[in-house]
Amino acid sequence: MRNLKTFIQDFGWPRIIIFLFLVSLFVFAPAVGVRLDASISDVFNRFGQYAILVLALVPMIQSGCGLNFGLALGIIAGLLGSTLSLQLELRGFMGFFGAIALSAPFSILLGYLYGKLLNKVKGEEMTIAMYVGFSFVMLMCIMWLVLPYSNPTMVWGYAGKGLRTTITVEGYWLKILNDFLAIKVGRFFVFPTGLLLFVGFCAFCMWVFLRSKTGTAMTAVGSNPDFARASGVSADKMRTISVVISTFLGAIGIIVYQQSFGFVQLYTAPTPMVFPAIAAILIGGANINKASMVNVLVGTFLFQGLLTMTPSVINSVLQTDMSEVIRMIVSNGMILYALTRKMKVAK
Amino acid sequence: MGQNGPLLSIKNISKEFYGNVVLHDVSFDLHEGEILGLVGENGAGKTTLMRILFGMPVIAETGGFNGTILIDGQEARFSNPFDALDAGIGMVHQEFSLIPGFTTTENIVLNRESMHPSLLNNVFGDRMSILDRSVMKKRAESAIAKLGVKLDSSMLVSEMPVGHKQFTEIAREISREKTRVLVLDEPTAVLTESEAEVLLGSLKRLAKEGVGIIFISHRLQEVVEVADRIVVLRDGLAVKNVPSSGVTIKDIASWMVGRSVSADVRSEEARNLGAEILSVEHLWVDMPGETVRDVNFSVRSGEIFGIGGLAGQGKLGIPNGVMGLYPAGGAVRLHDKEVVLNAPALALNAGMAFVSEDRRGVGLLLEESLDWNIAFTAMQIHGQYLKPILGGLFTQRDEKAMYCLCEEYIKLLDIKCTSSKQKAKELSGGNQQKICLAKAFALKPDLLFVSEPTRGIDVGAKKLVLDTLRKYNREYGTTIVMVSSELEELRAICDRIAIIDEGSIAGVLPPSADIAEFGILMAGVSDSPTKTKRADAPQEAMNA
Repeated sequence: MRNLKTFIQDFGWPRIIIFLFLVSLFVFAPAVGVRLDASISDVFNRFGQYAILVLALVPMIQSGCGLNFGLALGIIAGLLGSTLSLQLELRGFMGFFGAIALSAPFSILLGYLYGKLLNKVKGEEMTIAMYVGFSFVMLMCIMWLVLPYSNPTMVWGYAGKGLRTTITVEGYWLKILNDFLAIKVGRFFVFPTGLLLFVGFCAFCMWVFLRSKTGTAMTAVGSNPDFARASGVSADKMRTISVVISTFLGAIGIIVYQQSFGFVQLYTAPTPMVFPAIAAILIGGANINKASMVNVLVGTFLFQGLLTMTPSVINSVLQTDMSEVIRMIVSNGMILYALTRKMKVAK
Repeated sequence: MGQNGPLLSIKNISKEFYGNVVLHDVSFDLHEGEILGLVGENGAGKTTLMRILFGMPVIAETGGFNGTILIDGQEARFSNPFDALDAGIGMVHQEFSLIPGFTTTENIVLNRESMHPSLLNNVFGDRMSILDRSVMKKRAESAIAKLGVKLDSSMLVSEMPVGHKQFTEIAREISREKTRVLVLDEPTAVLTESEAEVLLGSLKRLAKEGVGIIFISHRLQEVVEVADRIVVLRDGLAVKNVPSSGVTIKDIASWMVGRSVSADVRSEEARNLGAEILSVEHLWVDMPGETVRDVNFSVRSGEIFGIGGLAGQGKLGIPNGVMGLYPAGGAVRLHDKEVVLNAPALALNAGMAFVSEDRRGVGLLLEESLDWNIAFTAMQIHGQYLKPILGGLFTQRDEKAMYCLCEEYIKLLDIKCTSSKQKAKELSGGNQQKICLAKAFALKPDLLFVSEPTRGIDVGAKKLVLDTLRKYNREYGTTIVMVSSELEELRAICDRIAIIDEGSIAGVLPPSADIAEFGILMAGVSDSPTKTKRADAPQEAMNA
């Protein structure tokens, strides 16, 4: 009994409620005419799409920079990488990995500057990060118009310059990971093997990194910066490294998302990508000081499961579109919950 | 009321926090009109016992307790302090719980005010009654009279001297008609000696009127003077329960510590010291509140060098500056090689280690496991506890080696914990200090700085910490520079003691020097040696 009690305490009621809710959605799905196999396939797909964006939050949480509300910076680095890859007309795996490689210099530069800034505002990282994200997205809104891209599939047709709001990656690297070794069962179920393998690979790399000397130092900086300093570790350096890694993973995350989703979304599109990622890792059981791979994977699965199932099931029951409302309530509610729990931990 | 039976009896009380037993099978009785002196070191379980008695919620939150509390022979189990108050238990806490902006009277009768009914009562109920100030005043004054002290019943608490505050608290507890058991936790800690005497007189008077009193104090003199019976707690066990007649302070002290407390006899062994290992010239350190201005000293290999002095004179700045934690300048040479200042990693690399005085702030990763705490610095500085993967392409934490290291030190230093995976914040102060020492030992340093190693830990743990330092010095030849505000402890283990005054060294003395000489150095030469008092003021630090 005691084990169960501590398990519930550790796991947290919100997660249990969400889990039970998700299970009930799966149970009721067939009753309202939603195909279970298609739903499950969808859940896997969306899980793969978002998981790396969620994973990108881990290094900064571990190093004590809190939740990366400025993940939009990483996403923009990824957008620069993918648009450059399209501009160079790289196709197939070459295009996908080319996009990642091209985004690397941007993410390292942006991450470094962003990390320097966060080192100057210790204690207020999350608020500052949010505004960094917002303002950089707006700056890029101008840049997308004036940067000299010229590939006809990307620019506005009537002017011949300035990037479109959405650019298709079809014909370049659409579903390049999703279709790699994909397993098809029947008409509706596709298991995106390549996508999940890539997610698994990234999570494994992060796990290995956190167990390395640098990763250990990073965790110690997050736990007690003074202790780390007295042990000869530079807290600022570790924090900057964590921000760079987080930004680069954000870039990889959005490229993985694009190949599955099919479009590169520009202009204000990065902003609404951030909150769901943060909500997902919090649902997974992370708090603002500690996050693990399990938190990432469980959280993404629960959150994306919820987002996939609620529109189809609830909408069929209520005959109205509630999905966006539920997404908002769950993601913002979860962030609120996590931020209030911060005080409890501090006690 | 039980005429002969005990008023309060505590039977087989046990309590554990996170698997650490803090109380084990404690039983004692308190009779009407009896004063029971409860003594024990910090961490012996006194406060926990009183919290259980008073039904503090923290007990239930951490898993409750075993055993029973009987009041007049009837079992009582309090779920909150209000139940305890209703049952007639009054408690005076270490910290004042008075409202500063209220008068003595208002504080004494708080929440039990005498009231006139008013017209509004018909509509809003009792909450709208009017205070009957004259009756309140009479009640307060009668409670004060019971104590036998003079207090102005209309004085604001914020304007009172501390002694009066303490009396106001006690008056509040005894003004309850039902109060028959009064618990006082360190009531005299903040009082001057004359005030304390008055308080003890009041307690005796109260006891004559039939109130049972549990008196907790570090001042053993008072306990012997006032108590009818003395209960000694040690490591959660009630080791003694004796009538106080014929008991001396020395007896109690040795029961508390569990070993003889005769002053540490310095072994007059011949010390075999090597060449100079550390030389410090013109060191200045900008550490807030502990500024070092110009310090010169040298330490020989194998020596234990003590640094003492009053708080704020800069003794803490020395190790913090040499280790690079605060901006510093000057020349520091270790093994005749220049040590780069303001760079903690280089100082550690040079073969020095530091146990910080700020244990919780700098010394520990409170949220992490013990093996992390011990192995982390060695991992970062010497690259130990890492295993190569894929032929040395990259390295991974060697959890197994970390576990072995941690277990080794748990055994060696007798660290009380549930496992090497327990979080550092869950250990008691003394055990946390041992973790800090283990962290420094794991670096295998040539020179170890130890800053205030015994601050805030109890007498028993103090001795263990000092013994450990001495053992490392003797067995491994580790040179130790120890900074401490407690002169006695410096004198017990150091070979030489430097006294810091106003940011520079006032003088270096052998430990055998007369205490007055140290006092003169501490006070600055012109001053009188009375300031040596600080050396026997460990209680302050312990209560912090």
